[in-house]
Amino acid sequence: MERRVPGSEQMNWLRAALLAALISSCAVISSAEDRAIPLNQLRSGSEFLSPELRALQADAFANPGMLWVERGAKLWSTPAGSAGQSCASCHQDAAKTMRGVAASYPRVDAKSGFLLNVEARINQCRSERQAVAPFRYESDDLLSLTAYVNSFSKDYKINVVIDGNAETYFEAGRTLYYRRSGQMNLSCAQCHEENWGKNLYAERISQGHPNAYPAYRMEWQSMGSLERRLRACLSGVRAEMLPYGAQEYRNLALFLAWRAQGLPMESPGIRR
Amino acid sequence: MASYRIDGDEVRASLTGAAGDAGRGRSIVLNRSEGACLLCHSLPPSELGAEPFMGNLAPSLAGVGSRMTAGQLRLRMIDSTRINSATIMPAYYRIEGLNQVALAYRGKPVLSAEQIEDVVAYLRQLK
Repeated sequence: MERRVPGSEQMNWLRAALLAALISSCAVISSAEDRAIPLNQLRSGSEFLSPELRALQADAFANPGMLWVERGAKLWSTPAGSAGQSCASCHQDAAKTMRGVAASYPRVDAKSGFLLNVEARINQCRSERQAVAPFRYESDDLLSLTAYVNSFSKDYKINVVIDGNAETYFEAGRTLYYRRSGQMNLSCAQCHEENWGKNLYAERISQGHPNAYPAYRMEWQSMGSLERRLRACLSGVRAEMLPYGAQEYRNLALFLAWRAQGLPMESPGIRR
Repeated sequence: MASYRIDGDEVRASLTGAAGDAGRGRSIVLNRSEGACLLCHSLPPSELGAEPFMGNLAPSLAGVGSRMTAGQLRLRMIDSTRINSATIMPAYYRIEGLNQVALAYRGKPVLSAEQIEDVVAYLRQLK
């Protein structure tokens, strides 16, 4: 039995209008975003790990990536350059100032218009503020400081900006993601979108999210950046590897972050 | 690169003009650095030899010799995108229209014409 209450006609009209507005706005969002893996079906790479490796990642005392985080903590307050500036001189206590920051990277630097990942942002500070040489890509120093900064975004959800001055980078990243490359003629999407969950030999293909990096990878027996991981896929499809710091990697990283929008950050993650 | 003619979904003539060697073909299929076919495909357990792992991205090769002619197998190995443009299967005998190929592999097909024929001969035996 329907209960009639005074003013219900007006309420129904309002509801219908709200519903119509909601439906039309949803349609706009979904067509603009065009997500191959819906947000509610995102699965972090850690879900494709063995229980042992998942436990290793979760245990801050056993996680080998924490060695780099600890080293990064020391570097944060170590002065560099003739002005004797450390990261802490400007940014004070990273536990307060860096909280959640890495979850919004890669992001466009408003002043230069360049798309920066955390590594590039650190090196920008070194050149512009400390007047010292940038850290070498994949050096323990750069991995350590990046891992330290990222550690304050652990469990923060990835949330990157892809419009405005980020749009060109984002679209270039998307194009690269769907383009076949290498002698094996494969795109990122063919494995990580169309076939995730299936096996290559005995190894399950993940959805290819960037939320663990810098990560300690068992295959490397070391910490490595997202770029290093991307190069491993390029090598697998027998494609030419671009130099570290190449714009293409950053564009791709922005697209990957958007694909993983809402997934919690795990760095320092453990990966196979 | 040997030239070839496509008839329907087949390349009927051998790329080398000769029949392949099924024994060598089997080792190419199993070898991780040559064909690496088992990265994606599976074989009947009796064929596996020392390779303990098989992928499951692609159809099983069990009985493929009964399902397909030598010509069909040959075209699928030469360039599977001729049959399905969205296929995940790499083109094993094609050097054109590829992006960003690593220097060491540029201008070279994944397998040689002889190797393609060896694999065709092996697959035809999987009845």
